[in-house]
Amino acid sequence: MKKYSALALLKGGLSGHLQWERAWRDAKPKAHYDVVIVGGGGHGLATAYYLAREFGVTNVAVLEKGWIGGGNTGRNTTIVRSNYLWDESAALYEHALKLWENLSTALNYNVMFSQRGVLNLAHTLGDVRDSHRRVNALRLNGVDSEWLDAEQIKQFCPPISINPDARYPVLGGTLQRRAGTARHDAVAWGYARAASALGVDIIQNCEVTGFIRSGSAIAGVQTTKGDIKAGKVGLVTAGHSSVLADLAGFRLPVESHPLQALVSEPVKPVLDCVVMSNAVHVYVSQSDKGELVIGAGIDAYNSYAQRGSFPVIEHQMGALLELFPIFSRLKMLRHWGGIVDVCPDASPIIGKTPIDNLFINCGWGTGGFKATPGSGHVFAHTIAQGEPHKLAAPFSLDRFATGQLIDEHGAAGVAH
Amino acid sequence: MLLIRCPWCGERDELEFAYGGEADRPRPHSPDELDDRQWAEFLFLRRNEKGWRRERWRHSSGCGRWFNLRRNTTTHEIDQKEEGA
Repeated sequence: MKKYSALALLKGGLSGHLQWERAWRDAKPKAHYDVVIVGGGGHGLATAYYLAREFGVTNVAVLEKGWIGGGNTGRNTTIVRSNYLWDESAALYEHALKLWENLSTALNYNVMFSQRGVLNLAHTLGDVRDSHRRVNALRLNGVDSEWLDAEQIKQFCPPISINPDARYPVLGGTLQRRAGTARHDAVAWGYARAASALGVDIIQNCEVTGFIRSGSAIAGVQTTKGDIKAGKVGLVTAGHSSVLADLAGFRLPVESHPLQALVSEPVKPVLDCVVMSNAVHVYVSQSDKGELVIGAGIDAYNSYAQRGSFPVIEHQMGALLELFPIFSRLKMLRHWGGIVDVCPDASPIIGKTPIDNLFINCGWGTGGFKATPGSGHVFAHTIAQGEPHKLAAPFSLDRFATGQLIDEHGAAGVAH
Repeated sequence: MLLIRCPWCGERDELEFAYGGEADRPRPHSPDELDDRQWAEFLFLRRNEKGWRRERWRHSSGCGRWFNLRRNTTTHEIDQKEEGA
């Protein structure tokens, strides 16, 4: 792998940019791997990267049925934050945020991580109390968080309306200054490039159609490109986790829903932070290209169709204009949906399955992108050691039987 | 936008309905005899089918009654030919 640098860019500029090589190898499947990762999204690619980088497991394949980063990794609203209420979540998402802070350097790939600050607005007395509680809980967990009153919100984010006559007036909000956004595609490409350079095979257009068993353990996968033997298998397939679990012969507590987002036409810089509102339910930021990136909630019904419905768009546009009347004449440009796997407690599942040597990382629901580096890191550890990483341990599949749920519904900042 | 036929009120758009999730999940007959794993199965595990599935809907902004229908989770097609009231 040739290192990217300012000097290389300058040289390229002088020589017609002909010297760049492929960012990662388009590999053909081998007959056997130590570890096969099913799912070439951010989490799967990050898992493969950390397996090779941190745990010395380089005989690894990432199997992707489409193209890498083409699922939820390329469909989210790119927000990165770690302001989760419960101790277990705060620890996991903060672990991810710390990795984000050095990710571009670690991968030698600019993931355009921008710590522009994330505001979570409070519109009711209940919101205000919850927000104060969350700020205190976060600080006790070593996560930066502060309370801003309505005037301070206006100062931090001038285009917002704090009109007290609004139906849901802005009473204040919490701010995480270290939170922000990242370039989602770059995360997939950066991890793919770095993993490939360490020997990981990335195999696209390769769908897993079944599992090969050896007694109570997994021995490989059947794919559209033939059988592949594997010592261990990790499932990281987000919205399709239930489908894969079904093929492997166990059930999950997740349900798949469409989560949609849309972008406006590009405009000059107008919004330099991320604004999220639980009560009116919308979140918005501005991309470096100038588009407003807008998201909201899931459709209530289960679906595997990667599209959302109009009532949700109408709702989130209403909420957006309540907060930002200034955006009323913006035209919306593109709209898309991704399939998110939602757990009953809105927390992920990371760890073992009922089948030996088969591991799963799923259930990130509506908030997986922010966790990408942390998720990959703790899952790589879990696969390599055969035992959960200490940050992943509370997120076992077993918690649904023991009752030790990590109930982040609502607590996580946006209730989907 | 889904067009759903309430067996009592006729066809209405999805906004009038509340989603009730997977159908055919009877409550356990002898709850006292279930162990934790069986409780978890009833409370949390779901089939989450890709393709056709039977599910519960409630005409919450209309007559308020529950009914079942079949819906395809990849195409959003609805089949109410066989599901009665």
